[in-house]
Amino acid sequence: MKIKKFLYSQKAAPYVFVIPFILSFLFFWIYPLCSTITMSFQDIGPASSEWLGFKNYAKLLRDPTFRTAIANSFEYMLGTLILLIPFPMLFAVLLDSRLVKAKGFWKACLYLPALTSVVISGTLFRLMFSEYPTGQMNVITSALGLGTFKWLKMKATGLGALLLTACWRWTGVNMLYFLSGLKSIDTALYESAEIDGANAWQKFRYVTIPLIKPTTIYVLTISVYAGLAMFMESFMLWAGPASPNNIGLTIVGYLYNRGIQKNDLGYGSAIGLVLLVIALVINIIQLIANGTFKKEER
Amino acid sequence: MADSTDKKMGMSMKHRILSVFATAWFAILAIIIIFPVFAGLLASFRPGTELIRKGLSIDLDVSTMTLDNYIYLFSGNADSQKYFMWFRNSLFLTAVSVVGTLVICYIVAYGLSMYEYPLKNFLFFLVIATMMVPFEILILPLYKEMITLKLIDTTAGVVLPGICGASTVFFFRQYMTGLPKELLDAGRIDGATEYGICFKIMLPITKPAFAAMSILCAMGAWNNVLWPMLVYRNASKFTLPIGLNTLLTPYGNNYDVLIAGSMFGILPVFIVFLCFQKYFIEGMTAGAVKG
Repeated sequence: MKIKKFLYSQKAAPYVFVIPFILSFLFFWIYPLCSTITMSFQDIGPASSEWLGFKNYAKLLRDPTFRTAIANSFEYMLGTLILLIPFPMLFAVLLDSRLVKAKGFWKACLYLPALTSVVISGTLFRLMFSEYPTGQMNVITSALGLGTFKWLKMKATGLGALLLTACWRWTGVNMLYFLSGLKSIDTALYESAEIDGANAWQKFRYVTIPLIKPTTIYVLTISVYAGLAMFMESFMLWAGPASPNNIGLTIVGYLYNRGIQKNDLGYGSAIGLVLLVIALVINIIQLIANGTFKKEER
Repeated sequence: MADSTDKKMGMSMKHRILSVFATAWFAILAIIIIFPVFAGLLASFRPGTELIRKGLSIDLDVSTMTLDNYIYLFSGNADSQKYFMWFRNSLFLTAVSVVGTLVICYIVAYGLSMYEYPLKNFLFFLVIATMMVPFEILILPLYKEMITLKLIDTTAGVVLPGICGASTVFFFRQYMTGLPKELLDAGRIDGATEYGICFKIMLPITKPAFAAMSILCAMGAWNNVLWPMLVYRNASKFTLPIGLNTLLTPYGNNYDVLIAGSMFGILPVFIVFLCFQKYFIEGMTAGAVKG
């Protein structure tokens, strides 16, 4: 009776409400995180595990395949940052202006790819980047007089295919992020800029860009993470985790190869942790550079 | 006087021309975006062997189009049964994920927004901290954990690790901090318990947040591949994306089912999107403004 009364009290109730989070945090976050850190120092066998110290990490440093994976993930991430931040931002500004008619329809069209599963979009792009002259991309390049390519067999075109798939899927989504950021800007600021004689470019440069900075930082953060952790897109384009000369191998792809396919959980864990450290470092640098921490102190 | 009207006329003329260009630009963009899906749709009316031989491209020749792939897909033969099994599995997984995630995340967000207590900010900090680690890093230890817990090949194993999704909790909390706290006291005066207030008074007024999040969660669950692919081993449990992926072999003659099934698989999400477009965008962009 006493316990029941306590559980129903205003003091205990909030803790009861957050129990699911605490459980999920312990079982599905802290525990796996600690377990992957421990495993990264071990050789995990079916029955017993052997302590290796830093051997997995030392091996990673010398592993040329891992270097390829890191380079690929970085190139992909940088590509998405270049393509999927400025352009969606410009599209959002344009769509937010009075110039464009039928806004809702264009928004819906551009959002459409985000509805498709990566399996379906990956399949469509895999078939469009077919090396046969009848594949869509080859039809386009031959029409432009550039000849045909074996898209998914060369490094540059393979990366291009991945980036095009990414642009197709995320341009609309990022544009909507920027649109919602633009909505929060006070229109009076544009009016006063106009009174001061600012032209369209100046309004964009000195009003829009500084004021949608929180949105830009958000998009930048998720793009860095999603870019570095990309795997399924490459898995679908090459119909599996293997690609010719590893041109489509990403960090998570290599983690999957080693950890799941070859069942080497120790080495796979080390790969994952290197990725985590890279992602955290980049994000912290990015947040400091953008002055996010300073703003919170205010 | 006349000068300024001239100038205005000039401005509106310029505005109109710019407007045509801007709108045309979005029309071009929309065509590019819809292009692959349209090509896929056209291909779904042709034999799958053509896809293997030729790749995917726009071919508007109506005379070579047939409904054969769709007839095959709905014929009720072994392939068709397999496809609709995946479809049902996906529906089931989506329903379980959405209901589970929404209930859990609502409760947690309620605990994180409606009371003042010492650990509150620390707990919320932990919610944010979980967002800093990409899920892909945890797949190996989680996979091992699921084997230990005997949750491999079960829906619980697929759903549980993501059931308290940080971004969903974040969204609910954002929404609920804006709700009037006086309702809690009013409920207490009326003799409702803390839990009664949570489910009978506050839940109904949180409906818009539920609408936005249910759609976002449903889309996530319907399209999720990586984790379900690792947890589900038995082919009878495969979801639509996993199943379609198994058809993607260069040797199979299953491209009929693959292409028609892919197109048909987009349909449910597309219909939901058309009906609830507002909630899609609301739910998705909620985190971005406040960052």
